[in-house]
Amino acid sequence: MKIILNNREEEFGREAMTINEMLILKKYSFRMRIIKVNGELIPREKYDSTIIQDGDKIQMLYLMSGG
Amino acid sequence: MRFPEIENNLKKFRVGIAGAGGLGSNCAASLARTGVGTLVIADFDKVEPLNLSRQYYFIDQVGMLKTIALKENLLHIRPEINIVTHQVKLNRGNIPLLFAGCDVIVEAFDAADMKEMLIETVQMELPGIPVVVGSGMAGWGNTEALRFREIDKTLYVCGDELSEASDDSPALAPRVGIVANMQANTVVEILMRKV
Repeated sequence: MKIILNNREEEFGREAMTINEMLILKKYSFRMRIIKVNGELIPREKYDSTIIQDGDKIQMLYLMSGG
Repeated sequence: MRFPEIENNLKKFRVGIAGAGGLGSNCAASLARTGVGTLVIADFDKVEPLNLSRQYYFIDQVGMLKTIALKENLLHIRPEINIVTHQVKLNRGNIPLLFAGCDVIVEAFDAADMKEMLIETVQMELPGIPVVVGSGMAGWGNTEALRFREIDKTLYVCGDELSEASDDSPALAPRVGIVANMQANTVVEILMRKV
């Protein structure tokens, strides 16, 4: 499957995956983040139940303490 | 466009400032100078001596509520500005009430979990109101890493999205000031688009 992750095309060797699976595959480790799938914000408690499919557009924003 | 016209356009808008620390106080000062009509400022904290290292407060304001101290400073910059203050700790319940009716909301917290909470709450409970986020500004130098991203028409981020602040790597006035003003610049851009 191919998805658009932060405006860049990324390929994964599977048909579909949950958000949590994508985070593990990409080795994303930051604790606080915002994820939007096709423009819709996905709250943290739905990371295991939200399925990402071929062609989906994912926007990810990392939140760092400081301000 | 001349400044009086810019001011005249901006005075009808209302901007929410979630947190009156380094980002919020500096961003508010910049927005007040540019002519935004109303600022809605929420914070529960008091000014502490260490805050003076990067926040828009003065030594004689130590011990004051940040909302009151910031209002005082903004009125010294621009007496005609309308300031609404809320002395509360923001949460999922009160954010939709306190910031309803704002044209833009500035995310100006220090802690990453609060940033996440505010963005989630505004995007889900106040759909359509743009949020301008500050993320990643600890340390010094590395000016070229500070960037701006428009994720979509309701979510914008300023900062390097990388430098996490901690006791050993605090956020300092220069980079916090840059990011606060990037946020203010983004707010002005969003508002001027609506004119």
